[in-house]
Amino acid sequence: MRRSLLNATLQTALNLLVFTIVGTTLLATTYSQTRQTIARSEQTEKLKLIGQIMPSNLYDNDILKDTLSIAPDALLGTAVATNAYRARLHDQPTGLIVEAIAPDGYSGKINLIIAIHYDGTIGGVRVVEHKETPGLGDYIEAAKSDWIKGFDGKALDSSATQAWQVKKDGGQFDYMAGATITPRAMVKAVRKALEFFSEHRQELFVPSGAAAKSSQER
Amino acid sequence: MTRQIFKDIFFNGLWKQNTGVVQLLGMCPILAVSNSVVNAVSLGLATTVVMALSGAAVALIRNVVPNEARIPVFILIIAVLVTVIQLAMNAQMHGLYLVLGIFIPLIVTNCIVLARIEAFASKNPATQSALDGIAMGMGLTAVLAVLGGIRELFGHGTLLSGIDLVFGETAKSLVITVLPGYHGFLLAILPPGAFVVLGLLIALKNWLSLRTENKLPAGTPITLSSHPA
Repeated sequence: MRRSLLNATLQTALNLLVFTIVGTTLLATTYSQTRQTIARSEQTEKLKLIGQIMPSNLYDNDILKDTLSIAPDALLGTAVATNAYRARLHDQPTGLIVEAIAPDGYSGKINLIIAIHYDGTIGGVRVVEHKETPGLGDYIEAAKSDWIKGFDGKALDSSATQAWQVKKDGGQFDYMAGATITPRAMVKAVRKALEFFSEHRQELFVPSGAAAKSSQER
Repeated sequence: MTRQIFKDIFFNGLWKQNTGVVQLLGMCPILAVSNSVVNAVSLGLATTVVMALSGAAVALIRNVVPNEARIPVFILIIAVLVTVIQLAMNAQMHGLYLVLGIFIPLIVTNCIVLARIEAFASKNPATQSALDGIAMGMGLTAVLAVLGGIRELFGHGTLLSGIDLVFGETAKSLVITVLPGYHGFLLAILPPGAFVVLGLLIALKNWLSLRTENKLPAGTPITLSSHPA
């Protein structure tokens, strides 16, 4: 009796083990097969986004090569080093494209890229990745609505920090009823990115080679 | 496989045991995603694929798995299949993945998949199980399409909006604006709207079923063991 119970248990465990190994192998194979293609399409997607927020008449340099590695920074919400792209016209800096993360979306992080003109105005903001509620919080995608274009041309105004909030909180940014947490997180993240830009503007445009590591010096 | 079994499987999936309005399984994705026709149908089709494949896979191994270990093994199979599909879609159809990406992992937690595997695939051969998955998935897709259509119509006054995300820019002309200048009815888009419309659909289905039952001679036989656990 005892022996058969042990046998049955072992058999069940062995069975589970076999299925787990087969499943893991399948997953690992698919992952390694698709990883490069996925990374490539994500890169292409990112480049397409950059084209939307930094019009090509604002720069004549090779923007994809003129990058700057920015160390993790609390104002950008980043946890790993990110690449920023620098736009220059006739060797004069005209703008910067940075990645930022809004940590407090309704369902976790919202990954953004933000184009900031050299004078500190927003060129444009796009959402790269998010997990907000489909059909409710996803109006932050440029494909779903024009909401995100509300950031265009805005700048930090020291006299009116109040303005960098959604209308419900007394600010200037629209929101949609039923989904206020999402735009709140977005507005906060963009405002902080602008603060980061104004604090580090000089170091950010040091020609590549002598690249500044922004936040490590703070 | 006889014609009768084939007919029974599809009658069950599309009407008698319809997952959306009869079994009421997998409500979470149904309610969350049915705010437009394109979203609803896309998720419905993705679920259909997963159900057909997992049904066939489970049917093939059903005699090897000990009874005690079957649920973890079934879940494992579903999760692996969904993840493989998600990775493959991300690599091969990146545009569609960007639209559906966040819904795909939800399919694992959709209890209709596990319910059909437990109730059908673990007791029937692979071909029937795959067909059952397709039939159930199509029934779900049909309900999702109607639900999404009604909610989108009342919520936005359009049909098929967002279809360009699936088929590219050229498909934009397929969007039908039924009510031009319509300001939208927010409740239809929000979750309560989903509950209200689904309730109406269930009532309609019950009414139609009762009517046909009264006309037909009692006891039209449905032979397959397909009642949910």
